[in-house]
Amino acid sequence: MNPFQYQRASAPEEAIHAVAATRGAKFLGGGTNLVDLMKYDVEHPSALVDINHLSFNQVTTTSDGGAMIGAGVRNSDLANHEIVRRSYPLLSQALLSGASPQLRNMATTGGNLLQRTRCYYFNDTSYAECNKRSPGSGCAAVKGFHRIHAILGATDACIATNPSDMNVALAALDATIHVQGPKGKRAIAIHDFHLLPGNTPHIETTLRPDELITAVELPPSKFAGHSYYLKVRDRQSYSFALVSVAAALELDGSTIRSGALALGGVAHKPWRSPEAEHILAGAPATEATFRRAAEAALTTAVPRQHNAFKVELAKISIVRALTTAAKGVQA
Amino acid sequence: MSIPLCTANDEEEREESAPSTKEPENRSVLDTEISRRDFVKAAGVLSAGVASGAPKLNAAQQAKAAAETAPQMVTLTLKINGAPHALTVDTRTTLLDALREYLGMTGSKKGCDHGQCGACTVLVDGRRVNSCLTLAAVAQGAEITTIEGLAHGDQLHPVQEAFLEHDGFQCGYCTPGQICSAVAVLEEHKRGDLSTVSWQTGETSAPELTDNEIRERMSGNLCRCAAYPNIVAAVRAASMGERS
Repeated sequence: MNPFQYQRASAPEEAIHAVAATRGAKFLGGGTNLVDLMKYDVEHPSALVDINHLSFNQVTTTSDGGAMIGAGVRNSDLANHEIVRRSYPLLSQALLSGASPQLRNMATTGGNLLQRTRCYYFNDTSYAECNKRSPGSGCAAVKGFHRIHAILGATDACIATNPSDMNVALAALDATIHVQGPKGKRAIAIHDFHLLPGNTPHIETTLRPDELITAVELPPSKFAGHSYYLKVRDRQSYSFALVSVAAALELDGSTIRSGALALGGVAHKPWRSPEAEHILAGAPATEATFRRAAEAALTTAVPRQHNAFKVELAKISIVRALTTAAKGVQA
Repeated sequence: MSIPLCTANDEEEREESAPSTKEPENRSVLDTEISRRDFVKAAGVLSAGVASGAPKLNAAQQAKAAAETAPQMVTLTLKINGAPHALTVDTRTTLLDALREYLGMTGSKKGCDHGQCGACTVLVDGRRVNSCLTLAAVAQGAEITTIEGLAHGDQLHPVQEAFLEHDGFQCGYCTPGQICSAVAVLEEHKRGDLSTVSWQTGETSAPELTDNEIRERMSGNLCRCAAYPNIVAAVRAASMGERS
């Protein structure tokens, strides 16, 4: 790990100014990902600006009946917050299926949005080729072992996946990310926040380096009664998703008024599927509908040698998650 | 990471000779004794560098290299098991290294050092965290509880008693982390926190602490001896004890 300056910020403006003024400086939240990557020599910040003492730790109801989540709210607190358990069970389920209780106690909402890939080759600097770590160097994963890698939206420049469970639920719930920088505040829809790799996989989000995530806003809940987060992984607990599905249905009797479907573990960003949602809208909530939605979601999948199993796994998981969601959740 | 200041073999000796941690004390890396063995090793590395004729740098390059590699120090007071401890450390120092290498509290263990095994679990403001991913500087101002702080004198914490009673370990290396984690499990359960098992079973209002719940809630603590059945039994017993 390289030496770095440490500064504790007491106000967002102070933190933003400190990061903007120091080349190579980064914000430090829970540190579960950043400190780990510093130990692996993947991240080398010149300075860390500690934002753990800013008052970004509230979850409140907005005037339109949605929710505003402070960027500093810890994953465990968010998963167990009354508003989230009651109105956004999908988010609670996704959060609780990620990491371990210790890590969830540390990890923040803002940090989880910026969680970096668990691609083995990105995390291991003994591989020279990684377009994320070293733009233009190539991709060791394309030629290497890529069982956990992307089947949707990938390029030969990068086949890494976004590892977050929270992000998948936030994508299905149409979250908005509130950020603040030296030039002021702005709001970014979650679909515009994470990027596909293209030829610049080192650029992962539309957040600028000196912009601080301050809050995540959720619209009023349409799916509280019928949603489910299904995570399929190699171990029962404390493991990243091979495939995960955030399924949410708004039902009118046995007819689907609208549906939201997002996949994790399959792409460089949480993968929302408008194709599947188009099939769900107005259709009967039956297994036949769910199968058609699953087929539609994977139409553009491009499997590689070791991850071809993910295509069928994703389809089966979508059907199971939608079936469970249709039955309803007990909050 | 920070330079290891002792080897595994030195640990017992250090533990015995560690000064009382009751009083605040100011220690820094410079105060720490460097063993003859470590000194000889370090000197060997330095002379090898000279002999190989490392490329010469100009003054500006030297200054830049020095600035990039010079440790940044920070002076902190950490409140551990109720007592304040003042220390000056490299900003890179984790809470785990501060405890073990600077303050002589070697109860918290370093397993993976990457937040994957849970051997370093401590309580920060009552919440279980991985101390290997917590920078010491970030922990300033918090109430830190380590395995050393759970017992009251000779009176073990009920979770410690339960681990003894149910033989919840074999080699014991993961045990301090397991016990700190289990103490938090009981607190989290008492206040009604959910786990992913609670959502799967539909028990989302004050879920019972079943064996499946215990396994899920303890999944952040690995045990290479696989003493899991006894660990689950110990946590279950501790939770029953608290109820009666």
